[in-house]
Amino acid sequence: MSNKPTNREPYQQAYYPPAPTGFTRYMRTSLLWQTIRFLVINLKMLKLMAKSHH
Amino acid sequence: MARIVILGAGISGHTAARYLNKWVGKQHEIVVVSPNSKWNWIPSNIWVGVGQMQPEQVTFELAEVYKKTNVDFRQAKALSINPEGNAESSKPFVTVEYTLPAKAGVQENIEYDYLINATGPKLNFGATEGLGPDHGHTVSVCTYGHAVEANHKLQQVIEDMRRGQRRTIVIGTGHGMCTCQGAAFEYIYNVDHVLRDAGVRDMARLIWISNEYEVGDFGMGGVHIKRGGYITNGKTFAESLMVERGIEWITRAHVKKVEAGKIHYETLDGSFHELAFDFSMLIPPFAGVGLKAYDKAGEDITSQVFAPNGFMKVDADYTPRSFDQWSAQDWPKTYQTPKYPNVFAVGIAFAPPHPISKVMKSPNDTQISPTPPRTGMPSAAMAKAVAMSICDMLNGADQPTHTASMAEMGAACVASTGADFFKGTAATMTVYPVVPDFEKYPDYGRDTELTFGEIGLAGHWMKYLLHHAFIYQAKLKPGWSLIPD
Repeated sequence: MSNKPTNREPYQQAYYPPAPTGFTRYMRTSLLWQTIRFLVINLKMLKLMAKSHH
Repeated sequence: MARIVILGAGISGHTAARYLNKWVGKQHEIVVVSPNSKWNWIPSNIWVGVGQMQPEQVTFELAEVYKKTNVDFRQAKALSINPEGNAESSKPFVTVEYTLPAKAGVQENIEYDYLINATGPKLNFGATEGLGPDHGHTVSVCTYGHAVEANHKLQQVIEDMRRGQRRTIVIGTGHGMCTCQGAAFEYIYNVDHVLRDAGVRDMARLIWISNEYEVGDFGMGGVHIKRGGYITNGKTFAESLMVERGIEWITRAHVKKVEAGKIHYETLDGSFHELAFDFSMLIPPFAGVGLKAYDKAGEDITSQVFAPNGFMKVDADYTPRSFDQWSAQDWPKTYQTPKYPNVFAVGIAFAPPHPISKVMKSPNDTQISPTPPRTGMPSAAMAKAVAMSICDMLNGADQPTHTASMAEMGAACVASTGADFFKGTAATMTVYPVVPDFEKYPDYGRDTELTFGEIGLAGHWMKYLLHHAFIYQAKLKPGWSLIPD
C-alpha cells in the first residue's frame, strides 16, 4: 500500500492564514529573546498606563 | 462624617473600596455590599477550568481583608435604590438582603451620602435555551465554581479520549449579543494545551464559535497592529493561531438553543445550523443585576435610572445613532448619574452608550454582533477616578474632578494560550484607546504606536506575574498601592 502524500486541499478555512515559520515558533519560547520581550512589554504597558492617566 | 456605600466587591468595587479606605477611611464611613463572601481574580478562572489552578489560588475571603481596614463589609445582595429617600426620610438609601448564612434573607435599608454601583453583570444564561451549567448543557468559566465544574467535565472527556473515543469540543459565545470573547479565546487555547499534554489532541475536534464578524474582534471592532512592514488586522494573527493549533472556527453565529450534545445556531446570512458536541464552554450574554429604583413617593423609576439591559445610566450620550455617527465623545467620563450627583456606576455596571463593534443583524432581524467589553484595567481605572472624585466632593468640590473615559484610556489584555513556565505562551495585546477615536486617529481609530500584539513565553510570564501582583494588591498587603492598577 502506498503512503504517497495527497495534494493539500485548497480553498479551505485553514488554507489562507499565515503560518509561523520554525524560526518564529522557536523565538516564541527562546528564553533569551523572551526575557528581552518581557522587558519591552512591561515598558509598553507602562507607557500605555502613563497615557491613560487623568 | 459621610457614608459611602459601594455595591459590589469585584475588580471595580474592591478598587474603589481600597482607595477610599486609604484616603478617607478614617474620616468617613465606607460600606461594601457584596453577595459573595469571596473575591475572585476572574482572569485566572480559565486555569481553574483546565485543572492547572485550584479555586483557593484565585480567591480569598473578603471579610478577612476588610477586617484589617475601616471598611464595613456586608455580605448581602442589593435589591433596590431610593436615591431620593422615601416618605419618612429624605436621606437616600439602598435596600439589601443578606446572603451571609447567619442573617440569610434579612432585609435592611442602608443610608448613603455617596453610592458607587459596581455590581458587575448578571450572567444571563436564560437568554439562550439550554445554555449554562445550572439548567443547561454547557459549562462556563465565569465564576470559580463554574470553572471547577468545567474542569471536572473536561477531565471526563479526556478520559474518554484516552480510551480511544473521538470527542468534539466547542468553545465560544452562547448568544448573538455576548461580550467577553477573550475569556473563551483563552479557554480554547488552554484546553488545546492540556489535551496536548495529555497526549490526546489527535482525538479531539476543537471548534471555536462566536458572534464576532471575524475572529479577533473581541467586541472592540478588532485591532490593527504594525507587523512585518504592514498595518495588519488582528484577524490575521487570530486565524493564524487557530490554524497552527488545529482549531476550526465559526463566526457571525448566534446560538439559539442548546440540547444535550447539540447546538442550534443562526448565522448572519440568516441560515440555521446544528453542531454536535461532547463538551462545550459557552460564555453567556451579560445583563444588569436587576436593581430597582424608587422615588420619594415610592414610584418605580427603574427605567429612568437604568437602561433596558439593566445597566445604570451615567454621563454618556445615549442618543440613538447609526454607526457612522458614533463618537468617542459619546462615552462617559465621570460615571456620575445625570439625575443624582451622589450616585456613580463603574465597571460592567454602567450602561455603555452603544457597542464598539458595528451592530450587525441577520435577515431574520437577529442581532449578531458583540456588545462592548469592560475588562479589568478600564474597570479599575474608572473605579479609582470615581474614588478620587468622591474624595474631592467630600472636601467641597461641587462636581466630579477626575475622568476615566474608555475613549481616552488604553487597555492591556494578556490572553493565555497555554500555561507552562518554559513552554507556555500568551498573546499580549494592548489597545489605545479602547473605544476608537476616528477624529484623533482617522485611519484606524487607534494609536498604532500604543496598539500592539505579540505571542510568546513573555506573555505567559506577564499573565502569571499579573495574577500574583493583583491578588497581592487586592489583599492589601504592604505596599499594595505602589502596584499599578
